[in-house]
Amino acid sequence: MGTLHTVNKSPFQNQTLLSCLAHAKAGDAVLMIEDGVYGGTTGTAVSDALSKTDSDVSLYVLGADLAARGIDAGRVAEGVTSVDYEGFVDLAATHDRVQNWL
Amino acid sequence: MSEVKKFLYVNRKAPYGTIYAQESLEVVLIGAAFDQDVSLAFLDDGVFQLTKGQDTKEIGLKNFSATYRALGDYEVTKLYVEKESLEERGLSLDDLQNIEYEDEDDDYAEKPSIRLVSRAEMAEVMADQDVVLSF
Repeated sequence: MGTLHTVNKSPFQNQTLLSCLAHAKAGDAVLMIEDGVYGGTTGTAVSDALSKTDSDVSLYVLGADLAARGIDAGRVAEGVTSVDYEGFVDLAATHDRVQNWL
Repeated sequence: MSEVKKFLYVNRKAPYGTIYAQESLEVVLIGAAFDQDVSLAFLDDGVFQLTKGQDTKEIGLKNFSATYRALGDYEVTKLYVEKESLEERGLSLDDLQNIEYEDEDDDYAEKPSIRLVSRAEMAEVMADQDVVLSF
């Protein structure tokens, strides 16, 4: 079922998250990890891009990376789900391929 | 022999500022020995890898741009280039190298390897793969 996309860079540093969102298709999942988790927070310059993403694309952040950066779970943007490492593995296992956006 | 898989190498970085582009090319050439169905994607700053007239004499780095023209000899003949990425950077197909391969099923006729695709078509190409490797 679709592709799991991972993004590991801050969207305030480069365009990778935006490019990923522009190439994600219905049934895909986008998981923000490492510095990528900054893209999953609320009220940012990329919030618009997140909210305009096809609702059939699921958006996730890795909770461990949020916690490491002192980002409270309450700051995760609407429509974005926080997952733990097991959730990461489940996403990898339930999609046809993984595309890491470097 | 085991089943042939579709491999896509995704190139999103400009050529000389980081080592990604050259490393990608190395991996593609190594991977070509395994008789898989290989495609390359060039989007975002990756389209800069294919510009013609690259000259690295004064920066002390190897000019690997000619290697793209050799890919056809390794049966790597599908180079997808995203139109929007070119346009955002003020480029068109005319600014890129002419890269061709000999089609052994068509009396070795020379055919273009570069396939200009829209962003939506690029998303389709990505979704059609077994394995996606990013650089």
